[in-house]
Amino acid sequence: MNAKPAHHELSAKRLLCPMPVIKTQDKIKTLSPGDTLTVTCTDPGVLNDIPAWCRINGHQVLAKQENEDDIQIKILVC
Amino acid sequence: MTIQQKKAVSLISGGLDSMLATKVIMDQGIHVEGINFFTGFCVEGHTHAIRKNDKQKEKRNNALWVAEQLGIKLHIIDVIEEYKDVLLNPKHGYGQYMNPCLDCKIFMVNKAQAWAWMEENNFDFIITGEVMGQRPKSQRKATMPIIARESGSEDRLLRPLCAKHLPETLPEREGWVDRDKLYGFHGRNRKPQIALAEEFGFTDYAQPAGGCCFLTDESYSDKLVDLWKGRGTREYELDDIMLLKVGRHLRPAPNYKVIISREEGETNFLKGYRSEFLTMQTLPHTGPIAMIDGEPTQQDLKVAASLLARYGQGRHADNVEVELRAPDGSLSTLHVRPLKPDDVPKSWYI
Repeated sequence: MNAKPAHHELSAKRLLCPMPVIKTQDKIKTLSPGDTLTVTCTDPGVLNDIPAWCRINGHQVLAKQENEDDIQIKILVC
Repeated sequence: MTIQQKKAVSLISGGLDSMLATKVIMDQGIHVEGINFFTGFCVEGHTHAIRKNDKQKEKRNNALWVAEQLGIKLHIIDVIEEYKDVLLNPKHGYGQYMNPCLDCKIFMVNKAQAWAWMEENNFDFIITGEVMGQRPKSQRKATMPIIARESGSEDRLLRPLCAKHLPETLPEREGWVDRDKLYGFHGRNRKPQIALAEEFGFTDYAQPAGGCCFLTDESYSDKLVDLWKGRGTREYELDDIMLLKVGRHLRPAPNYKVIISREEGETNFLKGYRSEFLTMQTLPHTGPIAMIDGEPTQQDLKVAASLLARYGQGRHADNVEVELRAPDGSLSTLHVRPLKPDDVPKSWYI
């Protein structure tokens, strides 16, 4: 029986692209399909780059939230 | 018995050549995935991300964008630490500036190969978008066999855009790809690539004027050499080489350097380093920020403050108040007379 999907958090604050993408990629490698990951970043470039990385690697962006000090992207691992 | 589809890994820089090379091989029925290496010196988006004046420009990672256009996976690999040895000890030397292009290409093909041959990846060959005669240091007839040999990839390295100028590789000999459908591009003329892009229906692609690496930039290379000289060591961290992309860099004396932001985005970026470096800002807090790297004396700090004031709104005033912020957050102030443009020796600019 598969384990229950888990939610994970990743901080990529102060990192400029493509480092947040690399951190996301490396984290997702350790997760299972059905898990979710919220990445917190400060470089607005992630608004394009992380969704692009998800599209080409078959994962799904569930939400993008721009806050005053950071940006959060929630991903469903597929 | 089924014939297993052959697999190639393609070095994707985000430019047109690697995009074309990948498409040429995909069209021959090969499964292709992309690989991209982040050395810390990649031009990709950083300065656009930092500078507020560039906020209107579309921010995209060209390697990711190319992969998406081609419909292939892209693996981005952080090689910042390993790349230090390539930059500091290039066996084949530097190009015009601090660019170790030949060693860099050997390194990247070797890394791609190490990744590709891993059991869980199990790729058959490597492709690059190299064009013979296009780059003076790494893409020459004499250097192409060196890359194949010293990277260890030997005849599993295929350059689809100039394959007809090179000996047959394993994928060609084995019939995995048809040599007749490869190309014989040569030299710096971009017309054949542009024509092939049209043939493939590619209307949008990156054409970086200065290449994709800051090390091919004269000003950046000067700042890097100055950093090493100023510190007395060639060790560096990612933050060091990121900071070389930001602001005006001036060295009034060997023992310290001043980085002054040129616009709001750079000011905000430098503020992120306030817990590591001494910073200065004119009062009220509306002008540029200065970051001090090194071991300045009190007199040096007065010079740095006068220099900062020269770029602030109070540059024509007789007296400007400058706030100094130490890495521990403690504050002090200095009253200085802004330097006039003629007071700043050209030799200070890095």
